[in-house]
Amino acid sequence: MTTTAPPPARNLAGEPTASLALAREHNLTEYEYQRIVTLLGRTPTFTELGIFSALWSEHCSYKHSKPVLRRFPTEGAHVLQGPGENAGVLRLPDGWAVAFKIESHNHPSAVEPYQGAATGVGGILRDVFTMGARPVAVLNSIRFGPLSEPRNRYLLAGVVRGVGDYGNCVGVPTLGGEVVFDQTYAGNPLVNAMCVGLLREDDLIRAKAEGVGNILLAVGARTGRDGIHGASFASEELSEESEARRPQVQVGDPFTEKLLLEASLELITSGLIVAIQDMGAAGLTSSAAEMAERGGVGVELDTSRVPIREPGMSPYEILLSESQERMLVVVEPDQLQAAQDVCRKWELDATPVGHVTDDGLFRVVHEGIVVASIPGRRLIEDCPVYTPDAVESEEAKARRQAHPDRGPDLELEAILERLLDTPTIASKSWIFQQYDSTVQANTAIAPGGDAGVVRIDTTEAGLAMTVDCNARFVMLDPYEGGKAVVAEAARNIACSGAVPLGITDCLNFGNPEKPAVYYQFTEACRGMGDACRAFETPVTGGNVSFYNESPTGAIAPTPTVGMVGLLEDLSCRVPSHFQQPGDAVFLAGDTKGHLGGSSYWAEILDFVGGTPPPVDLEAERRLQRFLVAAARARIIRSAHDCSDGGLAVAVAEAAMGGPSDDGLGASIDLSGYAPGVAAPALLYGEDAGRVVLSGRPDREGELLALAEDAGVPLLRVGEVTEGSAGLRLTLADAVLRWETASLRSHYFGAIPRRMERLQANQMEGA
Amino acid sequence: MTRAAVIRFPGSNCDVDALRAMERAGCDAYFVWHRDEDLQGADVVLLPGGFSYGDYLRSGAIARFSPVMRAVQRHAADGGPLLGICNGFQILCEAGLLPGALLPNAGLTFVARTVTVHVDNVDTPFTAAYARGEVLSLPVAHGEGRYVADETTLQRLHDRGQVVLRYADHDNPNGSVAGIAGICSEAGNVVGIMPHPERAADQAIGDDPGHRFFTSLATWRAERPLVST
Repeated sequence: MTTTAPPPARNLAGEPTASLALAREHNLTEYEYQRIVTLLGRTPTFTELGIFSALWSEHCSYKHSKPVLRRFPTEGAHVLQGPGENAGVLRLPDGWAVAFKIESHNHPSAVEPYQGAATGVGGILRDVFTMGARPVAVLNSIRFGPLSEPRNRYLLAGVVRGVGDYGNCVGVPTLGGEVVFDQTYAGNPLVNAMCVGLLREDDLIRAKAEGVGNILLAVGARTGRDGIHGASFASEELSEESEARRPQVQVGDPFTEKLLLEASLELITSGLIVAIQDMGAAGLTSSAAEMAERGGVGVELDTSRVPIREPGMSPYEILLSESQERMLVVVEPDQLQAAQDVCRKWELDATPVGHVTDDGLFRVVHEGIVVASIPGRRLIEDCPVYTPDAVESEEAKARRQAHPDRGPDLELEAILERLLDTPTIASKSWIFQQYDSTVQANTAIAPGGDAGVVRIDTTEAGLAMTVDCNARFVMLDPYEGGKAVVAEAARNIACSGAVPLGITDCLNFGNPEKPAVYYQFTEACRGMGDACRAFETPVTGGNVSFYNESPTGAIAPTPTVGMVGLLEDLSCRVPSHFQQPGDAVFLAGDTKGHLGGSSYWAEILDFVGGTPPPVDLEAERRLQRFLVAAARARIIRSAHDCSDGGLAVAVAEAAMGGPSDDGLGASIDLSGYAPGVAAPALLYGEDAGRVVLSGRPDREGELLALAEDAGVPLLRVGEVTEGSAGLRLTLADAVLRWETASLRSHYFGAIPRRMERLQANQMEGA
Repeated sequence: MTRAAVIRFPGSNCDVDALRAMERAGCDAYFVWHRDEDLQGADVVLLPGGFSYGDYLRSGAIARFSPVMRAVQRHAADGGPLLGICNGFQILCEAGLLPGALLPNAGLTFVARTVTVHVDNVDTPFTAAYARGEVLSLPVAHGEGRYVADETTLQRLHDRGQVVLRYADHDNPNGSVAGIAGICSEAGNVVGIMPHPERAADQAIGDDPGHRFFTSLATWRAERPLVST
């Protein structure tokens, strides 16, 4: 190797000189700018300033969250890849492995819902297939303000269409998700997308640049001016001016994505390449810098060789563009031709744009001029880490102590109907019927229940998956709420008969520089970490989304959890809904009638407050084991978790919420159940750790014995009936009845009824 | 062993599903890339679902110009069994191998759910193993599945029994005229359907009412000892 010192970096003609004022425009603080000047020993060039601003943005650097995230449990015998890569990877039986990750695309979706959501799906798919995994499922968690507002209906329709058009075209089934409507998201909707992929353990590849002299190859779409500074946009609060950020939202092309997916997997499984990474947030800059940092090497990029969409793009623009459907690939020189041939077969450009060096520098050359030259390791590692004060607000403390000062205006029967008509609780079929859920022909449990299940390729085993977050609980008590989020996800997985394996998380919070927000963040993470330790479900990665604030304030803390679980024998899978009349109905878990933070208080009494139900992690663990054992013994026909709306909603959903045309009914006797708990709390309280099961009546003894062995309270409470018999709940002092058709009309009609006006407008335009 | 060619266009995404369904039916199934013009001695050809070339213009409008389509046209003209599913059906209509066209769904949104369909014609290589009038539950997943044709064509389709699959009266997901979910050519060897039988053809994941679409060929041939394909 020659040892000639490279020429120093300089500005191109016409580029502004870096200064503190210019640094501030790039969202860097004075402290951060001084740190850059010290690190370089000189004033940065304009291009370097752009590079620092992207990599030191909250979105890329995790500068406010790192110390907290380090406390998550991330290890386990089955962990093949923990946090820090494009996606986490867990070992499955027979040489298989699962790669999965969840990520937010909140701010882009707030200003441009269709493209924001579509590119969110595109990005998360790439994170998974760059690990060598074929995406087999997509899930999403989307949250909006109330549907009574036209703007929120517009956002919902746009997001759903964006998610659908992208995932449907690429051919990855949507297996589930959650949709929440709450005033807290009115100014700042949330769009979190999760992807699950399968790979052979041997094919696992990491995004680590190695081998001095190896070539960096830009594969896929050309680089345009879209999405420049997207990572910085994601790291600031939404405001009146955010609308002007619309040009920073990228545009998705799912067809190119599909080609990129096939080409990437072919490159990886054929062993032609050293490493591969998506050019996601902060584009070429972060993919090159992160791959170099992981490999402990330097890189030199020649931006004048990057294929561009329009002439005259500067190195600054090329480096920071977030044009979609692009990959950076590291390949040995003698494999270059073969790798390019694979890309050409899939009709993709594959252009050498740089190489791996031994000087540890992140160097960028443009038409022969060095425009950036930064010590690579320090570019990543010297980003400051902040630990703001974490103090719970007085308002939050008071809210937890508060109680509603009035009773319901409605009878017990009408309350259930109202809850089923609440969009957050109601059937989401209007939404998930716009997503292909059966492509790949491996869907064993489709969306609409507790967890989605796909078969693992052509094996006998299945993979269960879910996303969950009760943000109201987290807002009222971040620690207990954080536990509850993980517990609910694990319960959903176990309801399908699967063993929970691990989680990925999408931590959506407000501005971390506010002590009250940082308190929510640290406490929620502590609760999640404790639950993950208790369940032996490590955190394998995810994403932090801060600054979810609008002029009306921060959103409720929303740490969404995506979880996967293993069904060793797919034929033991358990659906959520009752299957046939005559089956016995059981209730597992303890009912104390906890109403704090409940949907009943929020929707019926218009009151948000109180202490959310505490979560007994050991009891949850016992319940999970019992559910898995009962599924394996093939003595239950359905299992459905009690969550929003409590026991009454869970029983109603299990009975009438299934896909069959008329639904089923149930006759439930709670007259001797949970003595001392008043009717509203019994029916609508949201105690954790409860599941409604149905099973063969002739195997009742076995099921009760299994529960006793597992240490799970289990009680037979009734039986499944024909749909025509309706739902009947017997209490100590009353008998409540509902017609199945009426419940179905509330449950299935809630969202279509509210979206009708929008649809009518669309029809007129056709 | 029956040789089944599954055509892969860039953007096909039900290609593996179709291949596996043919394999489960006992065929020797293989992929043929859209640039190839050789069907490698195929006895039966499948055009799978997906979004060929992204379907940004009009579903199937670009795929019909692929080099492989010349070979597919010849295969059909020689009486060879040819099945187009979803995007494959759209390509068959664009290529003129089947009459009519598929427009955006009446509801203007993508529709993915299970629908009830009637098998109206069992005299095709893909429905011969069903009983006439049999009722099936099959998944649909499409944005452009509303079948339309002019009056004369429709009359001819009905007169000659070319309607193969029909949505149940209350269960038309896309506004197709006369509830048409699938049709065949006059000779019966070319079939296009919107539902996805290959996704309901494996008991490991649920009911398999679609399986017989892939086993029908043997029955159909047995009924026609004089026809060689």
